[in-house]
Amino acid sequence: MGRFILRRSAVMILTALCLTFVVFFLTNLYPNLEKLAKTQGDMRMSEEDVGRWLDRNGYTRSVFIKYGEWLGVVPGFTRQEVNSDGETVTIGRCIEPGQNPAEAATFCGVLQGEWGFSTVFKKDVSEIVGTRLALTGKLMFFVMILMVPAALILGVLAGMREGSRTDRGFSTISILTTATPEYVSGVILIAVFASSAVGLKWFKGTATSAMDDATFNNFFLPVLTIALYGMGYIARMTRASMAEVMTAQYIRTARLKGVSFRNIVLKHALRNALIAPFTVIMLQFPWLLNGVVIVETLFNYKGVGWALVSAAGNNDIELLLGISVVSVFVVLITQLISDIGYVYLNPRISVT
Amino acid sequence: MESLSWAEIITRIFIQFTPVWVLLIATFALSIKFKRRLGLYGKLFDSTIGMIGFALVMFWVYTGICAGLFDMIATHDPLTQVSGMKNKVPGTPLRGAEAGDYPYYLLGGDNLARDVFSRLVKGSWIVVLIAPLATLFAFMTGITLGLPAGYYGKRFDTIISFTANLVLAFPVILLFYLLVTPEIVDSGVPHIMATVLFAFPLVFTAVLLNSRFHTEPAKRNKFMALTLIPMAALYLTVVSEQGTVVALLPDAVDPVSIPGGILVVFVSVVFVNSPTVFRIVRGLTLDIKTRDYVAAAQTRGESAWYIMLWEILPNARGPLIVDFCLRIGYTTILLGTLGFFGLGLPPESPDWGSTINDGRKLLSIYLHPALPPAFALLSLVLGLNLLADGLREESLRD
Repeated sequence: MGRFILRRSAVMILTALCLTFVVFFLTNLYPNLEKLAKTQGDMRMSEEDVGRWLDRNGYTRSVFIKYGEWLGVVPGFTRQEVNSDGETVTIGRCIEPGQNPAEAATFCGVLQGEWGFSTVFKKDVSEIVGTRLALTGKLMFFVMILMVPAALILGVLAGMREGSRTDRGFSTISILTTATPEYVSGVILIAVFASSAVGLKWFKGTATSAMDDATFNNFFLPVLTIALYGMGYIARMTRASMAEVMTAQYIRTARLKGVSFRNIVLKHALRNALIAPFTVIMLQFPWLLNGVVIVETLFNYKGVGWALVSAAGNNDIELLLGISVVSVFVVLITQLISDIGYVYLNPRISVT
Repeated sequence: MESLSWAEIITRIFIQFTPVWVLLIATFALSIKFKRRLGLYGKLFDSTIGMIGFALVMFWVYTGICAGLFDMIATHDPLTQVSGMKNKVPGTPLRGAEAGDYPYYLLGGDNLARDVFSRLVKGSWIVVLIAPLATLFAFMTGITLGLPAGYYGKRFDTIISFTANLVLAFPVILLFYLLVTPEIVDSGVPHIMATVLFAFPLVFTAVLLNSRFHTEPAKRNKFMALTLIPMAALYLTVVSEQGTVVALLPDAVDPVSIPGGILVVFVSVVFVNSPTVFRIVRGLTLDIKTRDYVAAAQTRGESAWYIMLWEILPNARGPLIVDFCLRIGYTTILLGTLGFFGLGLPPESPDWGSTINDGRKLLSIYLHPALPPAFALLSLVLGLNLLADGLREESLRD
């Protein structure tokens, strides 16, 4: 088991490196840098000015060196320069304005905790990612509380008597929810429950106030919107796995012994039927991230997804990189947990 | 003129869809009559769920074709703005209607005073055209890579699987934002990806024909010339685009120019979908290659590609067809997501994702611009899911 986790972790780190490099490469393509130079410097810069600005800030070097610097394994660049007063000063990636060059760190990358500076929010990326992540965490927590039990109950009830009317009804509901992406269900839910024109006005159509003070009134719709889409898939998986377990020999034996149906479901079938849904729930995370971005935009809840949209829309390279790192790690860690959990829950599967 | 009541609106919409009803009834009548001779497709008409799904899907397919190719159904131009019709409720009479104009906005006007109903109908063409095509391309790519990965295994499998997992670990929206922003499009990355991804159908067809007919060179050359020359010409004209990195052809012989936005959207959707298809095909290949008929073909001395494409692939078709239906639905959702974030397609485009995005901004006051495309998308994806369910049930039966 130890070796398995070690190998999976190694693959995970390699994947993370590749993915962050791809994001780094794409965000550091020349058109992006040109736009960055113009927004940071002057909108009316000429081609040469742009080139000089990029040169001065170290953007024109090889993408591998820049990636190394950003990661914190290659020393940040330094250069001697003559400033407007005629003095020679040292500037560099790791030297803050007004800092003594001798005291500045050699490495300043993600590994050292230097995530860079967001050009849109005018704050350190690590600070933004931290606060936004906490907000998204809150959203996800409530989504999980709503989605997982609902999906499991739906799946188990549908799967325990395959082909019955309950099964048909619940299966239709799960298909309906998987067919409704968040931007459709969100729009419909707002229209029905929050619209000031004709709706029921039970809930609020925005979740901005939920960032400080989440109440049922302002937080239920966004949570429900994400939960609905994920729920159908988990429910269908649970149903399939439950239906399979219910046809197993030991269930038949239990029935022939005269165990009540209720006890069969709760004591004999449930544990085995829940192995597959566990993996599915974990693998749902990348999808949930998608939903989070859509729902945060739709309900104006300023979490990671909202920050991702504003960073991408405003060419905020360092913030975009920071959020990519976080989301890639969330996806990879959930995959790892799902693999380990699968092995742990199901003794029939061996890792060697 | 009076505004229409809801009953009148529904009747008029129903009448507008007449060509679709006719086609649907004809399709169903013919299919049910000959269902015993139509294989898996015919068996679909034994399952109620499958029939409901098929009806929903075909409704939108016919709507898309009628509206997109023959300019039927839609009552107005989807881009024309009529003054005085801004955010008007469904059934409002058209202000200043001239003879020959349809006198009502059946589903009201949006915030730019365009007809919601016509935009809904025209938008279905974009979805019905792009989603299945993109899924087909993703399948070509996934199959061409997944078969050898599963069949040969070893290092090739490791490398390709790792790459596929890389793409799968990427949050889809981040990838879209990275690929579809104008800066990245300028740099030519999507065009290079299009060049690579669009080559897979060519490779697939070439290998498919060669592995089957390489013992009869004359026949092979004839088939290959017949299929590959048109495909290659199409490929070159589609991929080559003046002013981008991939300017393979001079302007004079490059008649087809796909609008940049659509190409980029297409490429990113194919790119996101193909790793999943790859994983499915690889898994199926790993399973099927242990069967006796594969061993028999190996003993006969058939080439590896013959076994993959003419022994393994046909036997994997059941799950692949089911997944194809589901995946078109998923692609539709992805297209909607792109439209929802205003990525790729031009902002005035009538596709459903963009219209939902336009409509949601005024959702607390006006419901009618956002809800029709939302329900349209919902019904199409639901139809595809039900169709896949029906197909799965019927293909498992024998």
